[in-house]
Amino acid sequence: MNIFEFIRDPSQIGPWFHQLLLSAGMQEWVANLIGDVIGVLLIVGAVLTSAIFLIWLERKIAARLQDRVGPNRAGPYGLLQTLADIVKLLTKEDVTPDGADRVSFNLAPALMVMQIIMVAAIIPISAGLIGANLSVGLLYFIAMSGIASIGALMAGWASNNKYALLGGFRVVAQLLSYEIPLAFSLLAAVIWTGTMATNNLAMQQGELLFGFIPGWNILVMPFAALIFFIATLAEGERAPFDLLEAESEIVAGPNIEYSGLKFAWFYLQFFVNSLLLACIFTTVFLGGWQGPFVDQFPLLGIVYFFVKSLLVLLALMWVRATYPRLRIDQMMTFCWKVLVPVTLVVVLIVAIGARITPDRSINAVIISGANIVALLVTLGIIGRSLRRDVQRRKAALPGRSTAQV
Amino acid sequence: MEFTFLHVIFLAVAGFTLLCGLGVVVSRNLFHSAIWLIGAFAGVAAIYWLLEAEYLAIAQIMIYIGAIATLIVFAIMLSRGMMIGRAKMNNFQAGISAVVGILLFALLAFILLQVEWPVVQQAVVADPIPMMGQAFVTTYVIPFQVIAVLLSVALVGAIMIARER
Amino acid sequence: MALANFQFILILALVGIALPFIGVGVAWLLRPKKPNKLKTSTYECGVETYGDAWSQFKAQYYLFALIFVIFDIEAVFLFPWAVAYGGLGFYALLQALIFIFLLFDGLVYAWKTDALSWQ
Repeated sequence: MNIFEFIRDPSQIGPWFHQLLLSAGMQEWVANLIGDVIGVLLIVGAVLTSAIFLIWLERKIAARLQDRVGPNRAGPYGLLQTLADIVKLLTKEDVTPDGADRVSFNLAPALMVMQIIMVAAIIPISAGLIGANLSVGLLYFIAMSGIASIGALMAGWASNNKYALLGGFRVVAQLLSYEIPLAFSLLAAVIWTGTMATNNLAMQQGELLFGFIPGWNILVMPFAALIFFIATLAEGERAPFDLLEAESEIVAGPNIEYSGLKFAWFYLQFFVNSLLLACIFTTVFLGGWQGPFVDQFPLLGIVYFFVKSLLVLLALMWVRATYPRLRIDQMMTFCWKVLVPVTLVVVLIVAIGARITPDRSINAVIISGANIVALLVTLGIIGRSLRRDVQRRKAALPGRSTAQV
Repeated sequence: MEFTFLHVIFLAVAGFTLLCGLGVVVSRNLFHSAIWLIGAFAGVAAIYWLLEAEYLAIAQIMIYIGAIATLIVFAIMLSRGMMIGRAKMNNFQAGISAVVGILLFALLAFILLQVEWPVVQQAVVADPIPMMGQAFVTTYVIPFQVIAVLLSVALVGAIMIARER
Repeated sequence: MALANFQFILILALVGIALPFIGVGVAWLLRPKKPNKLKTSTYECGVETYGDAWSQFKAQYYLFALIFVIFDIEAVFLFPWAVAYGGLGFYALLQALIFIFLLFDGLVYAWKTDALSWQ
């Protein structure tokens, strides 16, 4: 096989390498093992290097959005800033507080890093180019989010610091609550595409509706995509949902007592987690690696995938740099009284809409329309209840209301 | 029986699960017990996966590690004094429970050794999830709905008990 | 297939849990180690803490975790149904509607009893 074949379709490297090992006289299981170890190392390497770039990108973009300069000293455009930070964090003294519980204190950052590395396995960057195309892909993703909340809770408890423990409790309140709209908006996409495996999800979205409209899930169910995006903000612990590390209230959340490299692991988890959430959003709602001419040149899929993911990530950063933080009661109310019921409605819309006519294209239009109507109705109801709330509060302030009269 | 790479992995995973299980009962700090329990849950999930039951393994991680473990940690934190208090390892029931435990183990071991376990020659289905989803709403529709009822009852019960009045 | 995936995920999990410890080990070689009483006190640079952090907490966090467990289990059952949905008849839709309705029911109860509002 020649080099051009690889460049055209990078997903052939795996099987080719496997054949090479077998022809070298290796046993089947040894060849499998070597292939897997190389795959794992590639994923871990990708996670670590992407973190270096992401941290710089986020700091730079947030700075620009807020009319600041951002990192600009180390290297051109401050590109080497993160490397300098890594060296600094490596050589910093690692303080473990006296009252801390040492076992869980050391285990917590490891769990956080393990979570992002494990989620990275199910991201299809191009057709067939994926760590493991699990048949339970999306459930696996949701299951792994649970590990992050355990890690943060453990960190908060182990520090024996009240701020940290408060942060740990908020993690559970927030991450667990928003996992439900997250899971059910993914469920809507699964009903429509009929698969949970991430690579198949992207492949399924290559269908053309009416022969020319790309069948991306964001077009079929815009409201579900919006709900997933909001849940992503909360799961990524980003403003306006960064309550668990709210600097002005509980100093920095569960990781306040951490220093040196252990802190760096939390930092890394935060940034890479956002990228992975953006990747999942791209895979499930934006057609993943789908794009023009992908069938002829699968390599293009990688380009499409990263362009889409970075755009989603940019949106996440934009929101983070713009909005103020919510209060904890607002955050919980919004999840349980708005997002959860609304997501269930969207699931019902998609389930019923997928059955109305035998033609998928017409069904897609119906679902899409119903989604937009549901969105408008929801906004109307929220607006009305907010106005009522304001009036009730005005009435409760006797001084003001008499002044008005 | 031939000893393969798979056996090594199984023994390692099973050993890990047992070790974690032992850790749950032996550790004196309740929070540490909870951490050991998470390890044991993960080990059980790995065993499910080793039996090619991917869905069950993920459900195990999602429900037991993601949700139940958190709940257990909360239950520990809700009870003042249990967190730092070094729980006493023994009480007057120790002797009786040891006897009961050994008897139960002997009974289970006896049954396991007696039964002729059938060996299914059929290959495992490549992607069982659609079949499972279909079975939920056709063959096993009554259990499926009973689960829904059970969960709603559990929700109502949880609210009744846990709400501060 | 499932076993091949298992091998991959198992190696990934082992590397994933080992990597942070390796990193911390490398840092241990490089970093200074001079702890003192003041440095290792809880919340080093702030005010001195009063009492232990490990005290009793609000029951409401527990309630939300309980509600989450229930929804989580429902999601686990609904995902295989969603995958199979394309090949199922109208009956399947009806069954799932009942399932989701029962779920909704619990949510409405929680809402009405004010369990969902944060105090």
